Amino acid sequence: MWFSGSRNGKRGGSGDDAPGRIAFPSRTIPAQNGAMTRTSRGLEEFFGHIHGLSGLTLLDLGGATQQNVSFITDLGHRLYSENFLQILKESTSGEGMADQSNPGLIDYFLRQTLDYPEAHFDGVLIWDVLEYLAPALLTAVVERLHKVVRPGGYMLAFFHADDKLEAVPSYAFRIQDVKNLQVLQHGTRRPMQLFNNRSLERLFTRSDSVKFFLTKDRLREVVIRA
Amino acid sequence: MWNKRREEEPPKPFNPPVTPSVPPAAASAPTPVTTSVEVKKEITPVSSTPVSRFEPANTGNSIGKSVKVVGQIYSKEDLYVDGTVEGTLEASEHKLTIGPHGTIQASIKAREVLVLGTIQGNVEAYERLEIRKDAKLMGDIRTARIVIEDGAYFKGSIDIIKPEPVKAPKQAASAAAPAANQTPASPAPTPTPAPVAENRR
Repeated sequence: MWFSGSRNGKRGGSGDDAPGRIAFPSRTIPAQNGAMTRTSRGLEEFFGHIHGLSGLTLLDLGGATQQNVSFITDLGHRLYSENFLQILKESTSGEGMADQSNPGLIDYFLRQTLDYPEAHFDGVLIWDVLEYLAPALLTAVVERLHKVVRPGGYMLAFFHADDKLEAVPSYAFRIQDVKNLQVLQHGTRRPMQLFNNRSLERLFTRSDSVKFFLTKDRLREVVIRA
Repeated sequence: MWNKRREEEPPKPFNPPVTPSVPPAAASAPTPVTTSVEVKKEITPVSSTPVSRFEPANTGNSIGKSVKVVGQIYSKEDLYVDGTVEGTLEASEHKLTIGPHGTIQASIKAREVLVLGTIQGNVEAYERLEIRKDAKLMGDIRTARIVIEDGAYFKGSIDIIKPEPVKAPKQAASAAAPAANQTPASPAPTPTPAPVAENRR
């Protein structure tokens, strides 16, 4: 198990109140339409593992965007796309997320989003969607992810590193290249639970390995080897 | 007292959201397709109002938004569909446009597909597929090139197929042969293997 980034509780990033510090130093480049481009060690790690391979089957849970589709298909991979959060919203049908522990909803949601054969995928781009799942649904989703990803396949997930936040920015992640992500914030969203390294280890306890990277915008980038 | 927990309520029965879902069979090729054509109420087939950035082709056929077709459609020219189609839709050498009111529950094959409405089914677009903002596509895609606008909804898989390279016509290849032999008046009766048409020094 590797740990990358600060483990002493200090965090950098735009919200740091230390005077004189510049938020998002040279690594983050403002783009048009409010999006920011930043390096992503997690993304680099993820694509590093599949570098030189083609014809893999990847799943993107963040919904289809032109950049991600083009990037992945240009590498010669087959891409599956699921808009996880939209299906979650439609499944809860406006009742909020309070009923996420309902077994009927869990079953319905899994059939809508992850109804794939076992070991179907070589990799999954989870992004930050797991944060918005209540514990019961989250456990079921992670268990299903382990089934649909082949052993030795990789998953990339993001979790906010702050542990006292009421609402966190919700992002759309667009791949620019193997190590740069365009991050577009579209509002805030209340996570159902917050994670630290230990809780993430427990969550992915079935995995072969879990690797963490702490980014300057307070995200834990987690690369999971199934 | 402090840790008094509420009694856990029994889980409520879950009623999945009612969506205008299609039977899964619609996604695959509907084998025994009924070729009946239901025309519910046809007002003016060309009356479908295009969205601002979309200009429907002046040429080609169109199916208006108040038309429902159940069966197979083969088109030998560009086709604009703003109504409902269930079955199969094929315009192999032409462009197919699904208008903003179009609802397709069919497998689709076309040279080029532009989606502004909703498709539930597999799509094969030999050259290009474009999914515009607010359009929905649920199905597997095979295409040479794909464009997805922000705000479009897509669920399924994407396979990029490489377009077959355009083969040089045989006549052009055989035309190079006599030029090399300096016998323009005697065309070769059979297409011999074409010599390399490059100048070697």
